[in-house]
Amino acid sequence: MIAEIGHYALVLALGLALIQAIVPVVGARLNDGTLMGVAETTALGQFIFVATAFAALTACYVFSDFSVANVFENSHSAMPLIYKFTSVWGNHEGSMLLWVLILSLFGASVAAFGSNLPAPLKANVLAVQSWIASAFYLFILVTSNPFLRLPDAPFEGRDLNPILQDIGLAIHPPLLYLGYVGFSISFSFAIAALIEGRIDAAWARWVRPWALAAWMCLTLGIAMGSYWAYYELGWGGFWFWDPVENASLMPWIAGTALLHSAVVMEKRNALKVWTILLAILTFSLSLIGTFLVRSGVLTSVHTFASDPTRGVFILAILVLFIGGALALYAWRAPLLKQGGLFAPISREGALVFNNLFLTAACATVFTGTLYPLALEALTGEKISVGAPFFNLTFGPLFVPLLLAVPFGPLMAWKRGDLLGVAQRLIGAAGLALVVIAVAFVLTQGGPVLAPFGIGLALFVMAGAVTDLIERVGLLRVPLPTALARARGLPRSAFGTTVAHFGLGVSLLGIVCASTWGAEKIVALKPKQTVSLRSYDLTFDGIVTRQGPNYRELAARFTVRQGGNAIGLMEPSKRTFPSRQSSTTEAALMTRGASQLYLSLGDMNDDGSIAVRLYHKPLVLLIWLGAVVMFLGGALSLSDRRLRIGAPRPAKAKPTMQPAE
Amino acid sequence: MTRKQRRLVLIGCGLGVLAVAVALVLSALKGSIVFFNSPSDVVEKRVSPGTRIRLGGLVETGSVQRGDNLAVHFKVTDGKSAIAVDYRGVLPDLFREGQGIVTEGTVEPGGVFKADSVLAKHDERYMPKEVADALKKSGHWKEGEAK
Repeated sequence: MIAEIGHYALVLALGLALIQAIVPVVGARLNDGTLMGVAETTALGQFIFVATAFAALTACYVFSDFSVANVFENSHSAMPLIYKFTSVWGNHEGSMLLWVLILSLFGASVAAFGSNLPAPLKANVLAVQSWIASAFYLFILVTSNPFLRLPDAPFEGRDLNPILQDIGLAIHPPLLYLGYVGFSISFSFAIAALIEGRIDAAWARWVRPWALAAWMCLTLGIAMGSYWAYYELGWGGFWFWDPVENASLMPWIAGTALLHSAVVMEKRNALKVWTILLAILTFSLSLIGTFLVRSGVLTSVHTFASDPTRGVFILAILVLFIGGALALYAWRAPLLKQGGLFAPISREGALVFNNLFLTAACATVFTGTLYPLALEALTGEKISVGAPFFNLTFGPLFVPLLLAVPFGPLMAWKRGDLLGVAQRLIGAAGLALVVIAVAFVLTQGGPVLAPFGIGLALFVMAGAVTDLIERVGLLRVPLPTALARARGLPRSAFGTTVAHFGLGVSLLGIVCASTWGAEKIVALKPKQTVSLRSYDLTFDGIVTRQGPNYRELAARFTVRQGGNAIGLMEPSKRTFPSRQSSTTEAALMTRGASQLYLSLGDMNDDGSIAVRLYHKPLVLLIWLGAVVMFLGGALSLSDRRLRIGAPRPAKAKPTMQPAE
Repeated sequence: MTRKQRRLVLIGCGLGVLAVAVALVLSALKGSIVFFNSPSDVVEKRVSPGTRIRLGGLVETGSVQRGDNLAVHFKVTDGKSAIAVDYRGVLPDLFREGQGIVTEGTVEPGGVFKADSVLAKHDERYMPKEVADALKKSGHWKEGEAK
C-alpha cells in the first residue's frame, strides 16, 4: 500500500510539473498575474508530492518490505537501521528519486523565497525548472520505477552492496546532488533571461546565492566522496581521476568559474553573455555527470545497473536540454546589450583570467573523460586515460591560476596596478620562497617539484591573508581603527579570503600526501613488527567478530613510536554472506593532520597476513581545505547584500513635520 | 584602447590559452594513454615488450601460485589464449580463480606480463566491462554469468 501511495504521488508530481511547464510561460507572455502565480502553487505542490514519494520509499526500506523489487535488491532485514535509510539512495532508482526530490526542493525554495523577483522572471524560471523536472519524473516512471512490486514477496533481501554500507555514503550522494541539482537554478535563470531577452546586474545578484549554495554543497560532496574512497577502497589514494570522479569535478570547476564571472556581472555589468553561457554549461556538465554515472557507459561502483533504455533516455534528456539551451543561446544572446568596459589589468581582467584557465582546465578533464568513450564507439579500441594524462594537462593549467589567485582580490576594479599589487604581495612571496628553500634542505633527494608545490600553497594562503590585512589597513593604521574597519567590511570579503585560504590548505595537503608519503607492503606473522618512518607496528594477532550482517576478521596491531605504545590499529576484512562478497576496512591513526593507514591483504597458508601500511603526511588538510572553502562560501552567503538580493529603489524619506 | 581592440585582446588571450590546452592534451594523449588488450590481442598483435597495456580476462583456474614476499603468479585467459602474469603486492578482495580482472603493466621480453596493479570488480554481480566485452568477442561469454 505504501509503495502504491509513493508511486501515485510521483505521478501527481508529474501532472503538476506539466502544468507548471506551460502555464507560467504563457502568463509571462500575456503579462497575466494569475497565470504566472500558478507556478508558485504548483512548485510547492510538486515538492510535497515528491517528498511523499520519497518518504514512501524510505518507509518500504525501514519496514523491510521485500515485496518491493527495489527493496529486495538492495536491503536486508539484519542491516543496521541507518543503512536502511541510506540504501534508499544506494541504488539507481532511489538515487534518481533523491535527484528529483532535491530538484523540487530548489523549485519550491525559489517559489517561497523569491518574493523580490520580478513576476515574469520568476514565472519563467519556475517553468524552466519544471521542464527539467518533467523530464526526470518521466524518466523515473518509465524506466526506473522504484515502487515496482515482485509477484512473490521473497522472505529476505539481497543486501546493499557492502562497500556502500558506510556512513560516508550516507552524506556523500545527497551533498553531491544538492550541488549538481542546485546549478539547475542558475540554468533556469539563464534560460529565463534568454526568453525575456533582457538581463542586467540584478540578475547576477539573484543567481549568485543559488550558485554559491550549490557550489558549497558540491565542494563538500566531492571532498566527502574522496575521503570515502580513501578509507573504504583500501588503496590509500584520495583521487583516482576515475571518470565518475571527473563527472563531479567538471561541474565544480565550471561552477567556480560561474561564481567568479557573476561577480563581474553584478559589480560591473560586464561579461553578461559569458556568464549566461557558463550557467548553461555548468548545469549541462551536471547532466553529463548524471548521464555518465547512471547510464552504465562506465563501469564503477556507482553504476548500479546497466539497462540500455535508461542510457538512451538520459541521453535524450541530455541532447534536448543542452542542445536546446545552446540553440536558444545562439539565437538570443546577440540581442543582449553589451556591458561595461575595463582594462586588461584590473579586477575584471583578473576574473577573466580565472575564467579562461578554469574553463580550459575543465575542457581538458572533459577530453580525458570522454575521449576513451568516443574512441571506443568509433574504432572499438579500448584505452584508459589515467592520472598521468591529467597530471600533464590539468596540472600546468592550474599552476598559473593558483599563482594568480592572490593577485585577483588585490586589484582595483576597472584599472588595476599590477606593480602595486606585486609590492603588496612581497611578504607572501617572501614567505613562500623561504618555505621552498627550507623544504629543499629538509628533503634532499626528494621529488624536485614538491617544495615548489608547498611554496605555491603557502603563497595562496598568505596571499589570501594579505588581502584582508590590506583592506583593513592592519599595521598601517592603529589597531582600533583596523578593527573598526574589519567590522565594516562586507562578509563576502571575508568569504573570499577564507575560501582562497582553504584552496591553499587543500593544495598543501595534496602536495604533501602525494609526494612525501611512505608506503610498505609486507607479509607479517603474529608477533612480527613492521617499521615505517618513526612508527613500529607489531602484529598481535587475529580476532574474529560477528557484525549485524557480516563476519569480521580483524588484525590487531600495537603502534609504537620511540618505544612507547601510542595506540592500537585494527584493520579488518568483512565478509557479507548475503552477497558472498567482502570489504576491506582500513585502520587509520591520526597524528596531527597526518595519518597512518593500514589495510589488510590476503591471509597466506603459513599464517602470515599481507598488510599495506602508508604514512600520509598532512593528508587531512586535503579535506579540511574543502571544509574551509565551504565555510568561506557560507560566510559570503550570509552577506546581507546577497540575502536581500537586488537593491530596491530607496523609499522616499518621510518629510519632517513642522513643529506646531 | 577602443572597444574593438579590447575585445581583440580578450579573444586573443582566450585563443592563446585554448591553444596551450589543446597542445597539452595532444602531447599527453600521445604519451600517457594505455590500451586495453585481451590475452588473444596480446598474442595476435604481438604487443612489443615494454609497452604499457591493460590486460583483462579471467584468472585461469588452478593457475594461481603464491611465492615469497607477496609475489603472485597466475594466468589470465579469455578462453582462447592465456598469458602468464607476475605481480608483487596485495591483491584486491575479489581476486579469485575464475573471476574477471584487469591488470596494468608491461609485457616482458620472455612473454610474461609484469603487472604493477591488479583491479578486480567491486561487486559479485558485475564484471569489468572491458573483460565482459573481450569474453563476448572470444565466444566464452555465458549469459547470466554476470549481469
